[in-house]
Amino acid sequence: MPDKKVTGLHELYEKDPIEADKLLWGRTSDPVSRRGFLQKSALTALSLALGSKMVFAENFPAGMIPAGLAHSDLPFSLPGKRAGLVVLNDKPINAETPPDLLNDLLTPNDLFFVRNNGIPPENIDVSSWTITIEGESANQKKTYSLADLKSKFENVTYNLTLECGGNGRAEFTPPAKGNQWSTGAVGCAAWTGVRLKDVLEDAGVKSNAVYIAYYGKDTHLSGEAGKVVISRGVPIAKAMEDESLIAWAMNGKNIPVLNGYPLRLVFGGFPASCSGKWLAKIVIRDRVHDGPKMTGQSYRVPCKPVAPGTKVPDDEMCIIEKMPVKSLITFPKTGAIFEKKNQLAIQGKAWTSATKIDQVDYSIDFGSTWSKCTLKAAKNRYSWQAFSADISFPETGYYEVWVRATDSEGKAQPMLLPGWNPRGYLNNACHRIAIKVS
Amino acid sequence: MSPRPDLLPALLGLFNFVLVVITATLLYLLFGPNLIDTYRNQPVAMEQNAYRPGSDDNTTEVGQDKVVDGIHLQTGLIYAEGFNIVRGTCTACHSAKLVTQNRATREGWMEMIRWMQAKQGLWDLGDNEPIILSYLAANYAPQETGRRSNLQVDEIEWYILEMN
Repeated sequence: MPDKKVTGLHELYEKDPIEADKLLWGRTSDPVSRRGFLQKSALTALSLALGSKMVFAENFPAGMIPAGLAHSDLPFSLPGKRAGLVVLNDKPINAETPPDLLNDLLTPNDLFFVRNNGIPPENIDVSSWTITIEGESANQKKTYSLADLKSKFENVTYNLTLECGGNGRAEFTPPAKGNQWSTGAVGCAAWTGVRLKDVLEDAGVKSNAVYIAYYGKDTHLSGEAGKVVISRGVPIAKAMEDESLIAWAMNGKNIPVLNGYPLRLVFGGFPASCSGKWLAKIVIRDRVHDGPKMTGQSYRVPCKPVAPGTKVPDDEMCIIEKMPVKSLITFPKTGAIFEKKNQLAIQGKAWTSATKIDQVDYSIDFGSTWSKCTLKAAKNRYSWQAFSADISFPETGYYEVWVRATDSEGKAQPMLLPGWNPRGYLNNACHRIAIKVS
Repeated sequence: MSPRPDLLPALLGLFNFVLVVITATLLYLLFGPNLIDTYRNQPVAMEQNAYRPGSDDNTTEVGQDKVVDGIHLQTGLIYAEGFNIVRGTCTACHSAKLVTQNRATREGWMEMIRWMQAKQGLWDLGDNEPIILSYLAANYAPQETGRRSNLQVDEIEWYILEMN
């Protein structure tokens, strides 16, 4: 947004360090010693931003950026990724994108979230990379090089949203095990490749086909050779959709290694774990696929609703297929302070596994009243859609902006957490940001 | 009666031998268990700082094996009873972040261990299991936040949004 500017941390300190302390951390300093006198809440805020408690905070000079934060300008060491991603786990690598970094219509490659189950392959040789189609319901076993795919089948590009099934897990109580994603295991990119159905049909699909499954070239964390890290897939009907791709490019560039270079599946509207990375083999199954992370409790929710904390046996857990309707406020970042005379121009993204988003509403009174946002159409199904609204505030004070999307099937986001499930999937509760009007 | 002169070197030798044995025994009693631990094949804890945003080589060096306000800087784990065994066991295979970002009861942590044993090749933890479980249940217990918690206002980085 050219007409809106977010003041950065360094800029704020450059202007007025003492005021910056107060604004950012609620920190006021002793006028004599000029040493920071930290109230408990300010210390908590500072400590949390640093990711650790600050020792000798009372001696910390006023108006100085704590070193742990000053370093945030340094280059980030996740290969192919920009600083600003929140790393949840570094073995395997899992990192999410803060909502304010998802404001682009297409998520840049270096900001796209990473959800790895194993170790990505190394020393990838694109010229010798092949993909094999086989399985009980394949007419023949057939292998294609990357060049074969590009020349033999129609090349297509779709904007497709990928979201991890566990996005939002951090909010569930009782807590669910696994990576504690907050809101950022989602992104939308322009994926270029060939239609999966074209390739499947070229190899030949028997009429008894039920599921397709992928195998990738990542290695298990244990280092055990040949141990499959993850092998999931989708029902044959989903595989045959026009937008289901075998992709080699993301936003016109190579796919980042952490996101599946040189070849991956992309299925919009399904949990992103269905979209296999470092793709080497597709198996056409005559039954529901039973690879690692298809069975047990993985990527499954109770077939029938349960009370929070209920133990659910494996045979009463059903595979997640469609992802629910959801949205994020991508501008401004939570924590904005501005004057009452100004209107706040919010922006965001909304997505669904249904045909499209029909409506997005915002509330500044904790859900009591809702107003419509302006909503843009998507280029294709399974792309997220941009929305915006200009909001006036009646009084000064603390507000929360809540946003709720409704899709073409009439489904809307809940304000509270949706149905609890043992593994903490499918949290699509409406996104909230905090602001102060002064 | 004084001993025969030709026995003296032998007696001195015996005395020296006994002295060495006693000293060695005392040294073993004092330091033995630690020394044995040093030579035991232990899982190597992974470097934690490599991917942490805002870290660089200097902070990696400085940060190693420091404990600040009860947090072990290199791993981010709470430094409490059982820390060494938890660190040695858990970070042999995965990031300590997978521990620190999760919350569960003792029973819940045990289920995670059983799952790792069934699916991820975790070994039988033997006598260490109750130590690990006690550490996890005490330091990473669940907090009840209900159907939805407040926005964590204290944690928000407030900033001035300039509008022109």
